[in-house]
Amino acid sequence: MLQEIVISGFGGQGVLSMGKILAYSGMMEDKEVSWFPAYGPEQRGGTANVTVIISDEPISSPVLNQYDIAIVLNQPSLDKFEGRVKPGGILIYDGYGIRRKVKRGDINVYRVNAMDESTKMDNARVFNMIVLGGLLKIVPMVSLENVMKGLKESLPERHHGLLPMNEKAILRGMEIIEQEQKAKVTPA
Amino acid sequence: MAEAISLMKGNDAIAHAAIRYGVDGYFGYPITPQSEVIEVLMEAAPWKTTGMVVLQAESEVSAINMVYGGAACGKYVMTSSSSPGISLKQEGISYMAGAELPCLIVNVQRGGPGLGTIQPSQADYFQTVKGGGHGDYKLITLAPNSVQEMADFVALGFDLAFKYRNPAMILTDGVIGQMMEKVKLPEYRRRRTEGEIREQCPWATLGKTADRGPNIITSLELGSAEMEENNKRFQAKYRVIEEKEVRYEEIQCDDAEYLLVAFGSAARICLKTIQLAREEGIKVGMVRPITLWPFPTKLLHGYADKVKGMLTVELNAGQMVEDVRLAVNGKVPVEHYGRLGGIVPTPDEVLEALKKKMDIK
Repeated sequence: MLQEIVISGFGGQGVLSMGKILAYSGMMEDKEVSWFPAYGPEQRGGTANVTVIISDEPISSPVLNQYDIAIVLNQPSLDKFEGRVKPGGILIYDGYGIRRKVKRGDINVYRVNAMDESTKMDNARVFNMIVLGGLLKIVPMVSLENVMKGLKESLPERHHGLLPMNEKAILRGMEIIEQEQKAKVTPA
Repeated sequence: MAEAISLMKGNDAIAHAAIRYGVDGYFGYPITPQSEVIEVLMEAAPWKTTGMVVLQAESEVSAINMVYGGAACGKYVMTSSSSPGISLKQEGISYMAGAELPCLIVNVQRGGPGLGTIQPSQADYFQTVKGGGHGDYKLITLAPNSVQEMADFVALGFDLAFKYRNPAMILTDGVIGQMMEKVKLPEYRRRRTEGEIREQCPWATLGKTADRGPNIITSLELGSAEMEENNKRFQAKYRVIEEKEVRYEEIQCDDAEYLLVAFGSAARICLKTIQLAREEGIKVGMVRPITLWPFPTKLLHGYADKVKGMLTVELNAGQMVEDVRLAVNGKVPVEHYGRLGGIVPTPDEVLEALKKKMDIK
């Protein structure tokens, strides 16, 4: 198993921490993992991105130019990474921040309306966990159990009270994808 | 009990490994992309457990001179910074080389020259292995290519520094410093007692005892005849290090027609390039120098008869390439590929460069 993933969005959307939780979850499954952030000034409001690799084998380059999965959470991220998804790969986007349609026809595209959903859940901060739930429904690369373990590991202990809310958000993300998939196979 | 595997940044691994090695003091000043070193040390507060001093100095210059003071007392002392800060430390590093003081310096490089950028770079290669400060001296230079090696080379750096009474440097960059990977941290060792330091470092200025004269630590020698003798002693030591301490990794070199030569983060990128090249039937291998000084000159010289060409891949405008050319002495073409100022090349970009520069159809 080798998953080469990029997550990209505005600074503050939880891009880096979502990557971190994914990396921790991979580690819980005894996989090799790497997490390489764009650590520049973009963290302060521009576009932030992180490359996460989860693999059965030792990881060679932590820096990539093509990805199995791109998760894009704003327009600049779509512009930057759409062309860099491997043919047959996956692009996941949040409809809220995206102003144009995805052009590529040779990749699988999924929409997770996490921004709308986090507003409904009255908690903007679980936005990234809804996206993560969507990702895990599409590609179950790590089990929910290990994601929760990873989440626990990556959160400081004083925030462990937030774990149930995060789990709820992940499950909600999974449901969104499930509904989208049903909508796709059932002709209107 | 077996030590657990953790997930952390390269910078964090340096900090944790230092505490576990039994380091006596860290003196530093924050600068991106290495500030996590002092951040993690401050949070871990080892002064409460091992007694290790962690001090944020008022400047990089102060920090390196605090290291000089600690090292003169035989202590395990270290500092870390990034390129512009390392430039500030050069006077102190030269003085420590001249006074034959062991210490560990970490440079998590960023793009220069000047204040430059905060993104990864390997443009301080020349500064590190060719001098940096004034005078004829050498720095033992280790180039980790993973978070695990960041942790391991703290111990290796101190061991070599004390074995030869010479400063050692971990030369890394923003990629390895900022990325998170799995790491197994070393076991805890207790800090040495003063008695143990006196035994290990009979030269240390820990206070004169009745059975010997005073120890003097200085790089100053006004008599040039004596200074020449000092220099000859340094040079003899450097030849021993060059003979005994060269470290490197050879990757898929057995059948290689072309050789990549890369260190640190660039070597990680090249690992993937090798895979991509071999999928296309191009037989590529890599020599990864682990010690940049002493450099694996003999090893590369040996490959000059075996391969059609060599390509150094560096995050700079072509620095290590000069040492590779000296090693092969014109026997085989040696080219360079690099990105500058904080841009990190991707594996396929390196493959394109290899094909173009080695004229592989």
